[in-house]
Amino acid sequence: MKSGSTLEKILTAGHFAFTGELGPPRGSNIEALKKKAAPLKGMVDAVNITDNQTAVVRMSSWAASLFAISEGLEPNYQMVCRDRNRLAMQGDILGAYAHGIRNILCLSGDHQQFGDHPQSKGVFDIDSTQLINMVKNMRDEGIFLNGQEIDEAPKMFIGAAANPFAEPFEWRVYRLAKKIQAGADFIQTQCVFNMEKMREWVKRANDMGLTEKAYILPGVTPMKSLGMARYMKAKVPGMDVPDYVIDRLKGVDKKQQANEGIKIACEQIAEFKEMKGIAGVHLMAIEWEHKVPEIAERAGMLPRPQV
Amino acid sequence: MIVAERKPFDEIKELIQGYKKILIVGCGTCVAVCLTGGEKEVGVLSAELKLSQKSESAPASFGEATVQRQCDFEFLDEIKDIAGEYDALLSMACGAGIQFLAERYPEIPVFPAVNTTFIGVNKDVGWYEERCKACGTCVLGMTGGVCPVTMCAKSLFNGPCGGTNQESCEINKDQPCAWHMIYERLSKQGRLENIIKICPPNDWRNQKPQTLIQPGYEERKALSE
Repeated sequence: MKSGSTLEKILTAGHFAFTGELGPPRGSNIEALKKKAAPLKGMVDAVNITDNQTAVVRMSSWAASLFAISEGLEPNYQMVCRDRNRLAMQGDILGAYAHGIRNILCLSGDHQQFGDHPQSKGVFDIDSTQLINMVKNMRDEGIFLNGQEIDEAPKMFIGAAANPFAEPFEWRVYRLAKKIQAGADFIQTQCVFNMEKMREWVKRANDMGLTEKAYILPGVTPMKSLGMARYMKAKVPGMDVPDYVIDRLKGVDKKQQANEGIKIACEQIAEFKEMKGIAGVHLMAIEWEHKVPEIAERAGMLPRPQV
Repeated sequence: MIVAERKPFDEIKELIQGYKKILIVGCGTCVAVCLTGGEKEVGVLSAELKLSQKSESAPASFGEATVQRQCDFEFLDEIKDIAGEYDALLSMACGAGIQFLAERYPEIPVFPAVNTTFIGVNKDVGWYEERCKACGTCVLGMTGGVCPVTMCAKSLFNGPCGGTNQESCEINKDQPCAWHMIYERLSKQGRLENIIKICPPNDWRNQKPQTLIQPGYEERKALSE
């Protein structure tokens, strides 16, 4: 075991992993966090705790990760390169590990222009690939980025993101390969809607032997409404929402759109369970945490294996 | 070249409020090329300021002077005989020039009339684009001549990120994705192996004030100190 996290145990045992997501509150409101955390308990193997997602200030991801632990969830601590330099990142990783955090997801982070402090200075001292490698060397070599020895190395299970749908498509698997070479143990992808393209990307990753080196968890996001699908198609960079998803939501009564969205997500999960090279799914039920038990049930993900 | 843009007129007026005799100092190099702070722009600003003083009971007066380069003491000496007649200097040079003007005439208050924006290129008359952040560790050889530090909004060394939007950057449809350009150019040159390797963290050498002494000039520097 590299870290001994539940997520690592699930994946190494060959179980189909199921991860969720929890956005920390925009304030110090612990009750709001607990309320969002409650429906996730027992439903997922680990929960991504986002780090100032969309460049909007929220409770820090390590602090919210500690609350997740106290609520009985295993955090997947997200860290972006936008807000911290290499000193702060390494310091936070040491503290996070000392407090019992065992999974980390290494990301570049959305540009600050999109957030609530667009005037801020983006740090981007190192990039996501470099961050992955730094965490790996902290764990496996027991050294800081400068090569100096660490007094008790943080043993993290290292995650990375991949977007199979961004251009240039043919370069995407090579960038995935770079992240895996840098030290990523598992990969969570951007929300998948375009299944044809996803199948092709996974095939290429299989052909390059990448899916044997890292666990791939495609991102699944249930559409809550036709409006959400249209918004994601038109406004969110890097998102690929094919017309057939829009058409399916359009084809049902407005009251039934949320149900249809969950149905589409469940069909995707069913396909991923059978897909060669796929080790689990990452469910991003955006501001829909209370629906996770229903989705987990309908997708046949329950009960979660005990490891 | 260094590109700058003129400050809003009201801000300039506010900066020099209370001074009665002001010398507007232009610079004949970068800021002249980008049509911001050369002789012609000094004349325009001077005329605007004079006009705005007409309603004042005790209007300020303005002088004009443009030197070849404000980032060079030799050229700043050109105004040494007249500078003392003024109670403020309003510089239209880049930030480096403004500071050197203030260093050359430390008794006289110096004010900036421009905001220095970037190191860039002349795309067309009146159209300039940023190309270099002076990071101090040039990687253009690896990236096919496209700077990832400047042209990527996140300064990624292993891009493109997941936010790349077709061929554009996630921050703006009109901003090309630097890593898309890097990929395309290296692909066409058959040099993709450059970026298949992981690029290690950068050595940011621009995090403290920089000094450069060319080989052979160490002694000259020591003598001047």
